[in-house]
Amino acid sequence: MILGLYNYWIVVVLMMVGFYIVIAHGNLIKKIVGLTIFQTSVFIFYISMAKVDGGTAPILAEGITQYSNPLPHVLILTAIVVGIATTALGLALAVRIKEAYGSIEEEEIQTKDNLDC
Amino acid sequence: MLAHLPILQVIVPLMAAPLCLFLTRSRLVWLFALIASGAAFLISVLLLQQVMASGTIIYELGGWDAPWGIEYRIDQLNALLLLIISAVSTVVLFAAHTSIKEEIPADRHRLFYILYLLSLAGMLGIVATADAFNVFVFLEISSLSAYALIALGKDRRALWASYQYLIMGTIGATFILIGIGLMYQMTGTLNMYDLSQRLPEVDNSRTVFVAFTFVIVGVCLKLALFPLHLWLPNAYAYAPSIVTAFFAATATKVAVYLLIRFTFSIFGLSFSFTALPLQMLFVVLGLLGIFVASFAAIYQTNAKHLFAYSSIAQIGYMIVGFSVSTTTGLMATLLHLFNHALMKSALFLALAAVVYRIGSVQMNQFHGLGRQMPLTMAAIVIGGLSLIGVPLTVGFVSKWYLVLATIENGWWPVTVLILLGSLLAIVYVWRIVEAAYFKPAIVGRENIKEAPMSFLVPIWTLVIANIYFGIDTRLSVQVAQSAAQSLFGVNP
Repeated sequence: MILGLYNYWIVVVLMMVGFYIVIAHGNLIKKIVGLTIFQTSVFIFYISMAKVDGGTAPILAEGITQYSNPLPHVLILTAIVVGIATTALGLALAVRIKEAYGSIEEEEIQTKDNLDC
Repeated sequence: MLAHLPILQVIVPLMAAPLCLFLTRSRLVWLFALIASGAAFLISVLLLQQVMASGTIIYELGGWDAPWGIEYRIDQLNALLLLIISAVSTVVLFAAHTSIKEEIPADRHRLFYILYLLSLAGMLGIVATADAFNVFVFLEISSLSAYALIALGKDRRALWASYQYLIMGTIGATFILIGIGLMYQMTGTLNMYDLSQRLPEVDNSRTVFVAFTFVIVGVCLKLALFPLHLWLPNAYAYAPSIVTAFFAATATKVAVYLLIRFTFSIFGLSFSFTALPLQMLFVVLGLLGIFVASFAAIYQTNAKHLFAYSSIAQIGYMIVGFSVSTTTGLMATLLHLFNHALMKSALFLALAAVVYRIGSVQMNQFHGLGRQMPLTMAAIVIGGLSLIGVPLTVGFVSKWYLVLATIENGWWPVTVLILLGSLLAIVYVWRIVEAAYFKPAIVGRENIKEAPMSFLVPIWTLVIANIYFGIDTRLSVQVAQSAAQSLFGVNP
């Protein structure tokens, strides 16, 4: 039961690791790393739910009756693209923040903002 | 042509966005974007007419049958949302050319319009589609362009606000993605109508329960429900003024639509409101949102911050109406969606005009503006009255139905709290009125002129709409009512 579902355990662990990094770290780059890990766990989740035991790749061929479900794989290709776009935008923002504030630490930025007010 | 309206609704702004790259002059790009947005508005009007006359429109993309292909379904609720989004976008865009001249460097004007159109296309797509995964894709299209638009703000705090929004928004979207994945795992379908048929068969399982929770939390992050609202005030305050006017009227509304769609249509009422103490939770969070955000609004010194907090409070009213979960309650929510879009776009556009003239939205800079920019300030006053819910404005109509809904349900304490919340709105609107009308003009700034026509026309179009729909409620009430009834009747 536990071993048979091991990929789901990996998903859960990765998800929590990523989520924790996003929340707990003050460094903007680390936050994005956490976010990427968090999203990757969802990719693995989609990919593993599509796998059918004993099924092969969905290519019509003689003598094969069982196929894995290709749809979630296709879906997750889209989600990967979205994930890359998010990471790229987040990193670009981090660069601009570094230029404007001279720091990528959440606390320092927050104190500078409070001084501005 | 007419048969393809549902897809044209999304495709027109989506295709127009990259085409902007071929135009070089800022004014040309603006004109092109305005035409694209205007076309989307025209399409949404036609769609609404068609839906009201002959019921739900079903459009199969590429001719593929529903559970396999992606399907667009336009019912009364979708049509209403499409109309709100494209109408606000067009009116706001009208003032964009003048406003961004002052706020965005000239070499980025083209990018601004591209992002604006992409964001518009994303929001229209979220509403038009009947495919759960497609919702996620469009959600990210609109959100990613939103982050970039907010980062265009002049102040460096815009960057920080955009980054925070990016983190929160991505977490929200990924939550929705997880929820959709779990739903697919249980039912093997992504089509909303199919999901609504198949979910009841498996709704005792823990997986469906978890899917529901993920989707709801994700959507609530996007709609800035208290206490998940922290990204909103700074994002609205430091974004370019035009962007604020557009998003304040549309972005959170789309998320409210998703909440309604997921709870009412996909999971179904009986599951949504029995699996969790959701009704109780939403009433409490909605009311807390109204009070916390209204109190926060009272203490702001920046007018954009003030109205941003007020937006969170208004979301609270929508959530209360939603959680009453009767036809009247849902009607109140839908009416408030429509009305709040009118109020907030008018208010934020008026603030954009103020920024154009005095370069600031700090309230202590407002002194004397009541006489120097009488038309702009009058618009803020009328918009403010509408926020409070004074009769003859749209705000009154939706508050009226909300009060009616809570009384019908016998929720007297909630009724009282809603009315008390409106009193708080009087306080924060008064602060602006006091600054603008009852203080002498700041020395050295006696010759501030009224905003140019390119601001006044869209602002007053919205203000007049605020009054018109407050008096002649036939259109809005009729559409909201039939949308609410269809949500309670047959599935989407």
